[in-house]
Amino acid sequence: MNEPILQSIQSYARRFREPAPRRERPLSAHLRALEAESMHIMREVAAEFSNPVMLYSIGKDSAVMLHLALKAFYPSLPPFPLQHVDSTFKFRDMISFRDTIASELGLEMRVEINEEGRARGINPFDHGSQVHTQVMKTEALRNAMTRHGYDAAFGGARRDEEKARAKERIFSFRDANHSWDPKNQRPELWHNYNTKIRKGESIRVFPLSNWTELDVWQYILEDEIPIVPLYFAARRPVVERDGQLIMVDDERLPLRPGETPDHRMIRFRTLGCYPLTGAIESEAQTLEDIVLEMLTARTSERSGRLIDHDESGSMEKKKREGYF
Amino acid sequence: MDASTPTTSVMQRLTRSGQRGVLRFLTCGSVDDGKSTLIGRLLYDSKLLFEDQINVLQRDSRKHGTTGDEIDFALLLDGLEAEREQGITIDVAYRFFATEKRKFVVADTPGHEQYTRNMATGASTADVAVMMIDARKGVLVQTLRHTYIARMMGIRHVVLAVNKMDLADHSSGRFHEIVADYLKNAEDLGFDSITPIPMSARYGDNVTRRSEAMKWYTGPTLLEHLETLDVESDLLEQPFRMPVQWVNRPNLNFRGYSGLIVSGRIRIGDPIVVAQSGLVANVERIVTADGDLEEAHAGDSVTLVLNHEIDVSRGDVLAAAEHRPEVSDQFAAEVLWMNEHELLPGRSYLLKIGTAVTPATVSALKHRIDVNSYEKLPAKSLEMNGIGMCNLSTARPIAFDRYQDVRDMGAFILIDRFTNQTVGAGMIEFGLRRASNIHKHAMDVSKAQRAQIKAQKPAILWFTGLSGAGKSTVANAVERKLADAGHHTYSLDGDNVRHGLNRDLGFTDVDRVENIRRIGEVGKLFVDAGLIVTCSFISPFQSERQMVRELVEEGEFVEVFVDTPLEVCIERDPKGLYKKAQAGEIKNFTGFDSPYEAPENPEIRLDTTSISVEDAADQVIARLREMGHLG
Repeated sequence: MNEPILQSIQSYARRFREPAPRRERPLSAHLRALEAESMHIMREVAAEFSNPVMLYSIGKDSAVMLHLALKAFYPSLPPFPLQHVDSTFKFRDMISFRDTIASELGLEMRVEINEEGRARGINPFDHGSQVHTQVMKTEALRNAMTRHGYDAAFGGARRDEEKARAKERIFSFRDANHSWDPKNQRPELWHNYNTKIRKGESIRVFPLSNWTELDVWQYILEDEIPIVPLYFAARRPVVERDGQLIMVDDERLPLRPGETPDHRMIRFRTLGCYPLTGAIESEAQTLEDIVLEMLTARTSERSGRLIDHDESGSMEKKKREGYF
Repeated sequence: MDASTPTTSVMQRLTRSGQRGVLRFLTCGSVDDGKSTLIGRLLYDSKLLFEDQINVLQRDSRKHGTTGDEIDFALLLDGLEAEREQGITIDVAYRFFATEKRKFVVADTPGHEQYTRNMATGASTADVAVMMIDARKGVLVQTLRHTYIARMMGIRHVVLAVNKMDLADHSSGRFHEIVADYLKNAEDLGFDSITPIPMSARYGDNVTRRSEAMKWYTGPTLLEHLETLDVESDLLEQPFRMPVQWVNRPNLNFRGYSGLIVSGRIRIGDPIVVAQSGLVANVERIVTADGDLEEAHAGDSVTLVLNHEIDVSRGDVLAAAEHRPEVSDQFAAEVLWMNEHELLPGRSYLLKIGTAVTPATVSALKHRIDVNSYEKLPAKSLEMNGIGMCNLSTARPIAFDRYQDVRDMGAFILIDRFTNQTVGAGMIEFGLRRASNIHKHAMDVSKAQRAQIKAQKPAILWFTGLSGAGKSTVANAVERKLADAGHHTYSLDGDNVRHGLNRDLGFTDVDRVENIRRIGEVGKLFVDAGLIVTCSFISPFQSERQMVRELVEEGEFVEVFVDTPLEVCIERDPKGLYKKAQAGEIKNFTGFDSPYEAPENPEIRLDTTSISVEDAADQVIARLREMGHLG
């Protein structure tokens, strides 16, 4: 982990020791309202479930979700562990960020890898993004849910991301097979959440449901939340492939004939498995630059995700099968 | 904006947009009225659609669309595959957009009557309802229904969006005719504002830009109106209320109560009361991760530290000591039913209000409301999407305010105790003080004493099973054996109850629930008298058996499942009832056209196909002995 990032995480951790320093500049009104709503959701879960967990994917949405949890339970630490599902193809910078943030904040970070899939050598190059995602993410997540017996899991999904998500509840019920039935969702009125489940069933909770991508960035900016450096533009080795810029993060990326990695100023709007995440060319090196770029962006953030493109109902299909 | 714009103006722009806060609005009307098209138009014109989303939209428009080569905006919103195929909007979708002046959350909800519950869901968090009307069709029955639901859910502002003006020759006469017709119906409902706007969502006229074709209209466009509408609530002026979510105890030196303030404001030093217990303390600290506050108000999530220790836990409401909420176990509320299994008065549900959860029953259904004509009609039950005025009774007193005063203090949901589904939503209108007038008279002779004299531990032996399963036969043998051994018993069954106590009840689900409730109460009195009571009733629903179980103390309810398969019962048919049912002479016959919910964990299960009546009775008695009922 490079020194400035380590230091920023350390000073971040100090913010949450009692007594907390008084904040100088108040948050924007709408962010304050979103923050209060999300904190309320998290406390409802902590109070009513016996074994909750926060699914932490290391990206900006997870950073905001974790930040909200630190605030919701302050001066206590969040009363649940974090769970990362490691597909083994995450960017290296993500993994070191994950480990540093957990140790500096004193949080338990559980990591789930589908060892069976790893032994079979499942990877996105030979097996395609669908099989890789199914085995190393969806199945691994189900394994983690079953192994630890979580009855509630926080996820960072937002309703503005995708059409199927626009209709998902904040408290989203899953049967014993971790499946979502979009036709049979519980009505969700006011801020009054039904948390009743039977043994073996679980609930996915989305505290960022009502946030937009811009809200997330503005909050990171205004409340000074540390994020993985890959979000900021830097010169990085990339290859151009099927209209996407793919970063050569390690030697496992097989180069096609005629491909040579090229150093370009790039950054990521969303982070996932490096072979499946398209970069954008950008000069945005600060949060202000990123927000500015956001305001003028002409493509949605998920367009950099290769797994969403197969057909437009594809996210709904994945969710029914248990993808987060 | 070009990329050279200095970042300070980025921040200014963000701040401007955020400071007016968020306006949450709801669109209602049927899909043919152009509701989804309107939202798509708002997103498109406020440049909030990204290129890749437009590409997908163009592709989908060709595949499923109904607008030829033009973009079909409705496809943008109808997210679930089933909806796209059927061309209807089933569920609530939430959409987000922002202008320079304000941020918006749109709840897009379905229009058909069978989706009233979805509309109510969207309305529960909305400030404004945009009521879509097709200019060619005018005010429809569904317009009145949506207006009623919006009002019921506490929405105070309505926009009457008279759409498809392009198909009505952009006629001002037609527009004013529709407005007059609407106001005639809606004026008396007490909205703070009703704003009619003539528009054509498909072409954007009076949505985001002024219409060239309707120069006669001089009012604001829809977007202008939404950007400037003042929806400031008076929650800040209401007394302080904070339902306690979580007791915050990081270590022995800190004890705080975390919650979201739902109304009013609180300052350090203010006296507060725990509504349910009446215990009083003062606020010592208002803790947040951004430092301690001097003052906090409605909408803030905080942790309060009190100046001395009092008993507070999740479910309690901390309130202004001088303005306390009502605390009662009886109240009147408007209830919207949201489940395919009807609401049955007398059935036990879980009620969640704020952070408190307690068993509750509808003690009286005063009337239901025809949402199309606003008429009050008599009713025995509420079907899905039905709305009724009810009296409710809770197992424990709850703290509440009127829904119209403080939404989050008067709003509750009802949860089915077996499926865990959210089956109802309610809005409290007023408390009923009856509870405090019935004081229990303390008796000199106690239940324990009565039982001691009889040298037994009283119990309700509850035999459940299909008609002809052998419930009464086994119960009769059990009672005979107990009496022979010198125990004190009584027996309740259909014959001695249906002819007297319950002769006013029939066999509908509603009456079956009330039948069991009364039997449960009588059984409880006999248990109080120290008796072992056998009860033999089909009692097909888990909820009612659970209700009786909860009437008595733990261990006093012994459920005996007489588990005889339907085929065997039909073959036995001791009273000839199955033949009549098969011939259609009896309606609502359990196992035929009325369901039987088998017990999941009965204390005793009897398989009458493999053992004799005597053996079955012995099994029951052995279990009673094991449980310590027989001295």
